[in-house]
Amino acid sequence: MKKTKKKVTVKSVLIKILILCICIVEIYPIFWMLSASLKQSYEWSAYPAYALNKGFYFQNYVDAWTRGHMAIFFKNSLVDTLISLVFIVIFSVLVGFAVTKMDWKLKGVVARYFQMGIMVPVATALIPLFQIYNRAGLYNTSWALIFSYIAFGLSLSIYLVTGYLRSLPDEIMEAAVIDGCGIYSLMYHIVIPLMKNAIVTVLVLQFFFKWNDLLFSMTFVSDTKLKTVQTGLMYFSDEFGSKNWGAIFASVSMSILPMLILYTILNKTIIEGMTAGAVKG
Amino acid sequence: MKKVLANKKAIALFVLPALILYTIIVMLPVLWSFYYSLYAGTPGLKWEFAGLKNYMKLFSDNNFRQSLMVNLKYIAFVMLGQVGLGLLLALMFNFWLTKFKSLVRTLVFFPVVLPTVAVGQLFAKIYEIQPNYGLLNSLLSGIGLQSLVQPWIGQAKTALGSLIAMDVWVAMGFYSVIFYGALLDIPSDVIEAGRIDGCGGFQLFRYILAPLLRPMIITSLTFSFTGTVKMFESALALTNGGPGTATRSLSMYMYSVSFTYNKVGYGSVIAIFIFLMCVVGSFIIGRFDKKEL
Repeated sequence: MKKTKKKVTVKSVLIKILILCICIVEIYPIFWMLSASLKQSYEWSAYPAYALNKGFYFQNYVDAWTRGHMAIFFKNSLVDTLISLVFIVIFSVLVGFAVTKMDWKLKGVVARYFQMGIMVPVATALIPLFQIYNRAGLYNTSWALIFSYIAFGLSLSIYLVTGYLRSLPDEIMEAAVIDGCGIYSLMYHIVIPLMKNAIVTVLVLQFFFKWNDLLFSMTFVSDTKLKTVQTGLMYFSDEFGSKNWGAIFASVSMSILPMLILYTILNKTIIEGMTAGAVKG
Repeated sequence: MKKVLANKKAIALFVLPALILYTIIVMLPVLWSFYYSLYAGTPGLKWEFAGLKNYMKLFSDNNFRQSLMVNLKYIAFVMLGQVGLGLLLALMFNFWLTKFKSLVRTLVFFPVVLPTVAVGQLFAKIYEIQPNYGLLNSLLSGIGLQSLVQPWIGQAKTALGSLIAMDVWVAMGFYSVIFYGALLDIPSDVIEAGRIDGCGGFQLFRYILAPLLRPMIITSLTFSFTGTVKMFESALALTNGGPGTATRSLSMYMYSVSFTYNKVGYGSVIAIFIFLMCVVGSFIIGRFDKKEL
């Protein structure tokens, strides 16, 4: 009896070490990058790469922000993402409501039509889309990005919203209608407040998708003034030369910081929102 | 009630804007790809009907075959790594971890929220050998394994493996959280009953947990599959398809054919191929849902 007890403790210690190792493997590279972003260039040749930064050389961040145009890229990413998010939420709540709760013949067909989009790889639509934007004069404008972000965000968002709406009891709506609510005030005063969780899920999921987009922004936008953070990062080393590791790390760290802050505050909501896309989609 | 919900004007107002945008930007281009695939040249310049010639070209194109092989290898290993390690982690959290469960979960999930390009740039520096050793090589040489120091993403032999390791690193936590949630839903008396009947760890997994988790495993495999078929961003950010064509995926090949070389017709054929691969693959994985293991 005593022997098995001891064996369990050895095993449990080993397991704890294993789990600790996994956490280190997942987190250490990020920590390394943050530390490396504060190194001066001589530190790279004088010390091994794993060494901590000797001082806090914030000039790297200044370089990235101004000379590397990170300020512009950030503004573009923020504007494009936020505008798309507003429309994705409005459209998905409205369409989701119309195809679940409202009375019309084609609602099943329309719901399935939107659902088909979940399967479409962006690459398949890319070539014709490029031609469309080109002919419409939207190539190299933020509109090309915003339209693409909204349209490609709809399928999954509508699907998630319909899932929530199905479980919403009709009685609440009936009571409101008896009290004299029309369709618009019903939407605004009853349905949308009840959908708060679904809206948060859609927002979280789509924020990460849109903020991380590379394919659209590298294809539809070529002007440096319109580039987003991701495209900016891609070509960062061309601008700075591959030897200026400090500035490259500073720019990458900067692109991660909003995520780091959001995640520290909202990690539970974010984890739930992001996994909802896989579990329900 | 009926009257309010059958308001035709409101329905049109709710559905039409989204429907129009979605049709023009998502569905129309997909159909348009089929039309493009029958033509050769560049739209507006030299544009002539080619019939099925583009499709025939697919079979004799060595570049296409290479990209397909790279893409298939990538799909297989990344799927296995993401879903397999995710499941393993979830089992560890559930059965062996008593304290700090939510802290560990939060830490392990963190890489999921990082932008792909940032991760690519970070790993490019981790794998670096010139002008200075990156993190991996400096650690290897630091612990005396000088012989293992190598240009991880600079040679064809290890480039794809390095890319796969990166993508598994990113998404492992995502799947572990999904599986962990599914494990919590399994009533503890089911597991208890298995234990009393004499199930060891492996048997417990094979006969009790695996069947109960199967729907979630299928969902995860499908999700991982549709993500890996598209293989583009991470490879572009880490290796740009190189060295040579060692990490060039189908999407990347399509991109260079249609946007660098302007062969829109042939590019469309590859785009359609990716689409079909996505549909057929998901369908095959979905089939396992119904069959007994």
